[in-house]
Amino acid sequence: MLNVSGLKEGFVLDHIRAGKSMSIYHYLGLDKLDCQVAIIKNARSNKMGRKDIIKIECSIDVLDLDVLGYLDHNITINIIKDEKIVEKKTLKLPKKITNVIHCKNPRCITSIEQELPHVFVLTDEKREIYRCMYCEEQYKK
Amino acid sequence: MRHLISPLDFTVEELTELLDLANDIERNPEKYAHKCEGKQLATLFYEPSTRTRLSFESAMNRLGGKVIGFATADSSSAAKGESVSDTIRIVSCYADICAMRHPKEGAATVAALKSKIPVINAGDGGHQHPTQTLTDLLTIRSLKGRLDHITIGLCGDLKFGRTVHSLINALVRYEDVKFVLISPPELRVPSYIREEVLNGFDFQEVTDLEDVMPQLDILYMTRVQKERFFNEDDYIRMKDCYILDKAKMKLAKEDMLVLHPLPRVNEISVEVDDDPRAAYFKQVQYGVYVRMALILKLLELA
Repeated sequence: MLNVSGLKEGFVLDHIRAGKSMSIYHYLGLDKLDCQVAIIKNARSNKMGRKDIIKIECSIDVLDLDVLGYLDHNITINIIKDEKIVEKKTLKLPKKITNVIHCKNPRCITSIEQELPHVFVLTDEKREIYRCMYCEEQYKK
Repeated sequence: MRHLISPLDFTVEELTELLDLANDIERNPEKYAHKCEGKQLATLFYEPSTRTRLSFESAMNRLGGKVIGFATADSSSAAKGESVSDTIRIVSCYADICAMRHPKEGAATVAALKSKIPVINAGDGGHQHPTQTLTDLLTIRSLKGRLDHITIGLCGDLKFGRTVHSLINALVRYEDVKFVLISPPELRVPSYIREEVLNGFDFQEVTDLEDVMPQLDILYMTRVQKERFFNEDDYIRMKDCYILDKAKMKLAKEDMLVLHPLPRVNEISVEVDDDPRAAYFKQVQYGVYVRMALILKLLELA
């Protein structure tokens, strides 16, 4: 198994569905951050068979991880400070997601209006339905 | 400050108050003739809609206010590429209230976020058209005396017809309303209306208008809109599906009402116009009263 204690401060995102780590890397905007990121693909897992792990060395208030709840709420977030796990977070579906997913409705105002934030609102928690705040079109993954 | 973006922005109680005010305007127009003196309404129409625009302008004029605005996008700054957010910020400096029609869905929401004056959504693409819904509700309540305990048939283009979607959304809030959805299979109401709005309510979907005529208290006819089709052949095949004529009216209740958001193309035969049950021109009149009431409410003058 891989050791997480190598991090001084940051996050370990565990139990990512195998193969999904790269898309999470992009959704979180990690490509734009100037910090150490380790992506571990297809790690052995007793629970899941195979899983992906992302380790991010950064200040723990830099990243907004609520969006992970939308992407895959089975992910476990370990928050590391002074080389120790200080918190283990499980995820909930966020009520609102801003600028992570984009409205695909060609008739939506977001398709023409300059620099309008793309905001989606959770309208049905049970069925995990998000709708564009403007045109109310349902987002389809 | 309040806006009107969706027909559900008002609670049932607020709606009752608004419709009461509209009925009072209908009875005592002179009492309201000067209420908006010194106020300006901006009509921002990025997409032509003569009837809706004139209705707003007539409403403001009858309240003693003034109107500024544009009637098509190409005569406005939008043709130069100005965003809705910028336009509304600027119009906020000129006018006290605005009515906006825009071809893109959600445009009025964007305007409301940046506006310093009340925004009335006068139609945003195929999305919402709340003042049409208010008009429909006022017409039904004024002529039927109630909004609950009715069976309403909605006929024609139920897929793209936003007035239909808005009206369903508004009417599910009243007790014992039955919906009969009459359309060709291609133009059924979208699944989200069936699953999220009508779920748990009394509704049926049929393709035959004649069969269901006798049970209706209200028949809401809609136009099969050419501009919502991508394909001319599909449009021509669909548009003659449901034509209301004298023969079909014979099957209906004595006190049934026929409503239509207008313009009509050929879905209601002209011979029906003189039938006392034809309420679609009265509906236009109610549209002015309800817009007058709305302007007064949003400007906090009543």
